[in-house]
Amino acid sequence: MHKKVSIAYITGITFALCTTLASAQDGKLIGTAGLVQLEGSGGGGIVPWATLSGYDSQDQVSVSAVATQVDVDDYRLNVLGLSASFYDRVEVSVAQHRFDLKGAGVDIKQNIYGVKYRLYGDVVYSDWPQISVGAQHKVLDDEAIASAVGADKTSSGTDFYVAATKVHLGAIAGYNAVWNVTARATKANEMGLLGYGGVNNDSYEIMLEASAGILFSRHFAIGVEYRQKPDNLGLGEDDWKDFFVTYIPSKDFSITLAWADLGTIAAVDDQDGLYLSLNGQLW
Amino acid sequence: MKHTLIILFVSLFFGLSACSSTSNQSVYTQMGGQQKVEEVVDNFITEIEFDPVIFEYFKDSDIGRFREKLIEHVCHLTGGPCEYTGDTMERVHGGMNITEADFNRGVDLFINAMDKANIPHPTQNKVLAILAKTRKQMLYI
Repeated sequence: MHKKVSIAYITGITFALCTTLASAQDGKLIGTAGLVQLEGSGGGGIVPWATLSGYDSQDQVSVSAVATQVDVDDYRLNVLGLSASFYDRVEVSVAQHRFDLKGAGVDIKQNIYGVKYRLYGDVVYSDWPQISVGAQHKVLDDEAIASAVGADKTSSGTDFYVAATKVHLGAIAGYNAVWNVTARATKANEMGLLGYGGVNNDSYEIMLEASAGILFSRHFAIGVEYRQKPDNLGLGEDDWKDFFVTYIPSKDFSITLAWADLGTIAAVDDQDGLYLSLNGQLW
Repeated sequence: MKHTLIILFVSLFFGLSACSSTSNQSVYTQMGGQQKVEEVVDNFITEIEFDPVIFEYFKDSDIGRFREKLIEHVCHLTGGPCEYTGDTMERVHGGMNITEADFNRGVDLFINAMDKANIPHPTQNKVLAILAKTRKQMLYI
């Protein structure tokens, strides 16, 4: 049932994206708007970047949509998100997670409200990296499982981050390279799906996240990402890693396929599998 | 598995850097010299003529002079044997109030011009990296 629902979601979003308005914003170089990450913020795949979603410039507003599915051995995460970027300065986003515990036949739903502010720079043109600060406020709809695994708080929580991103034109044998480093203050267990804090720790901790990629053409990029995570619950929560390929046929659409290694989730180890994300600019 | 990906990627990064045997040639030479610079500039002028937004900026320009000075400028900046005899970027673009969106649109047209001249992707990026430095002398002035 869930599989059918998620396929319907993705098909629906794809259709919406493929029929996007011809007037979508195009004030950045193709490939330099980045993607939309798991929690709905402009980023890579699992890490929020300093880039804002969409191709808006200082004089434009853009709206983007994303549908992502991460399918690992015992869990499946479906993400639907919508984000708006104003004048390449402020991004607001909303995303919904449905986290499916395959064996148990239950899912956990949470909503994430994000805001990001670009403090400095242009990811391509400034001498120093583009720097942004952001927050992700997460509201858990289904608190029973977070409560059962011993989360200190089960209703909601907020992450704060600062990110630096830079594209280097022609840096590696003439290919464009991109890197990002993010520091996140968080109490969240598995992005908030398992609540906040626990027996090991219930205060904010700083986690480091990083990404690096190469654009092999204007339409094709590969990269790796790393996301450090706290183990507040004492259930062996692991850092996350992924290896991604992105195809960017136009400024209005991109598709990302990744191999995600999520390690141990809720004491179930070796969770790895495919990450698929469709990202489109609606306006 | 955990570290293999990272090792693979780091190797790729440094491997690609190391194998860039053309790096001691000027970007001008890598492009294909004067003939290619002229071809790119001619293509760029054609792109501009067919782009209503960018054409606005050029409608009162002396295209012959623009062509001559842009060829000189690209040749000079990419390490070719030319001297740039035109005005400063600030002077040329002063009063145009070029927006960031239009600048980037212009870059897209320049990329199209390089594509049509069959400039290889890595060489295109090196050209863009050089020309990008003139951006702040062109925007919103």
